[in-house]
Amino acid sequence: MKKSEFLDPFEKARLEKGIGEMDDQDDHVVMALRHKDVRRCAHNWKMFQSGAEPGRIVIPSEVNIRDIRQIPFEVDPPMHGDYRTLVEAWFKRPLEENYQIELKKIITTIVEESLKKDTVEVIREFALVLQSRALTLLFNVPFSESETWISWGTHVFRSEETALDADKANVLYKYIDVQIENSIKKPGEDFYSKLLESEVNGRKLTKEEIKGVIILTFAGGRDTVINIVSNSIAYFSEHPKALEKLRSDPASINFAIEELIRYFSPLTQMGRVVTEDAQVCEHAVKADTRISLNWASANRDESVFENANTVVLDRKINPHVAFGFGVHNCLGATHARQIMKVLIHTLIGKVQSIDLLDSKENIENLGEFKRKVGFDSLKVNFNSK
Amino acid sequence: MAKITFVTSDDIKTTVEATTGNIMELAVQNKIKGIDGNCGGVCSCATCHVHVQPEDWSKIGEPSELEKDMLEFDENVSEYSRLSCQIKVSDAIDGIVLKVAN
Repeated sequence: MKKSEFLDPFEKARLEKGIGEMDDQDDHVVMALRHKDVRRCAHNWKMFQSGAEPGRIVIPSEVNIRDIRQIPFEVDPPMHGDYRTLVEAWFKRPLEENYQIELKKIITTIVEESLKKDTVEVIREFALVLQSRALTLLFNVPFSESETWISWGTHVFRSEETALDADKANVLYKYIDVQIENSIKKPGEDFYSKLLESEVNGRKLTKEEIKGVIILTFAGGRDTVINIVSNSIAYFSEHPKALEKLRSDPASINFAIEELIRYFSPLTQMGRVVTEDAQVCEHAVKADTRISLNWASANRDESVFENANTVVLDRKINPHVAFGFGVHNCLGATHARQIMKVLIHTLIGKVQSIDLLDSKENIENLGEFKRKVGFDSLKVNFNSK
Repeated sequence: MAKITFVTSDDIKTTVEATTGNIMELAVQNKIKGIDGNCGGVCSCATCHVHVQPEDWSKIGEPSELEKDMLEFDENVSEYSRLSCQIKVSDAIDGIVLKVAN
């Protein structure tokens, strides 16, 4: 089996029951697995809320390692919309030409450096570096900050030893506190300053709220971007014709991006807390229990996607939910899509082929399911054009 | 050559012309407010939602099942909702007016 082939562990349960179940730190989760059910539950934010105890809707739950509410992600309407409006334009900046020029410089440098090496370990030397450097653009802070973020490793809350590392989370929190104080002393054009001058419902945001937005920005696009970048590199290495096809037909790059995002679904699922006794796919769920919206499963639903388990690079109609669905859909999607766009353009311009040398899978244990979500390590050799 | 008029949420009318492509691309090229087309036109982001005028509905036609599914839970949906990335530019739709949903 190819290393870039990612099986769908949810298929049987999706077809037979429509739901899956897992235990997460003694807090049960019922997973919605079908495309329609996932979208229906995501849409129904009153019954399946995000504004629960901070950290609880994330799986694995972060209740034990943080009490700061991530904003606007852990807030429901109407307040959610007020916060979202504040930051929406900022998160659309990746569409601006200047932003894209800077992103192109960052990615070109990384690809050119990679071409000079015999072996590149894609997770740490390529994807983590790319994600961190690109994030300086989203924050509009000096490039040098990326060195600090790279030193944190691939996940802000997880370490090699444990899935939930409170000490590691504290490093991030202290860092953010310092950045906010710096921007209070010396306001600039950075994201912290922008949030400090913002108002919601006629009042300034509190430091706690600002911190909530910043933590989300750091955490939400970290392992997800690393996964989509590295999984795509693995795919291109094992499918040289794909790179060739995109080279000869750059107009199809948009289709390819959405399809890679559908197939790899870098975020497997997101939880919600049930506000009243309800049903998910005819399965009873009690108030104050958790459900999950399983994006990865929905994206392999054969009733929606023909050849769902195959990467169809030019799939024209692709209603995937890899960026979520409904009011809480991914705020960083524009940034993520732009990273993929620039990355693919750079690869087809400079790279002839990629040899996959070695890899170690990153497997998520989700109760009865085991899902490959990416790689812990991926060694390749880039060959220049 | 088809002339298409967009009416944005702040009631600004913009008429543009095209011969090929789809309506979402046309709107993005002309910076029509409220049409983002984030996914590039694969029917996944629903950020190109428009309302067709009832009198133009027969020229545009029904959405596909998958498009209907995407629209089903979207905000501001009406019986004349379409995702503009799924509407092809052609002479047959010359003169239509589209209200931007967002």
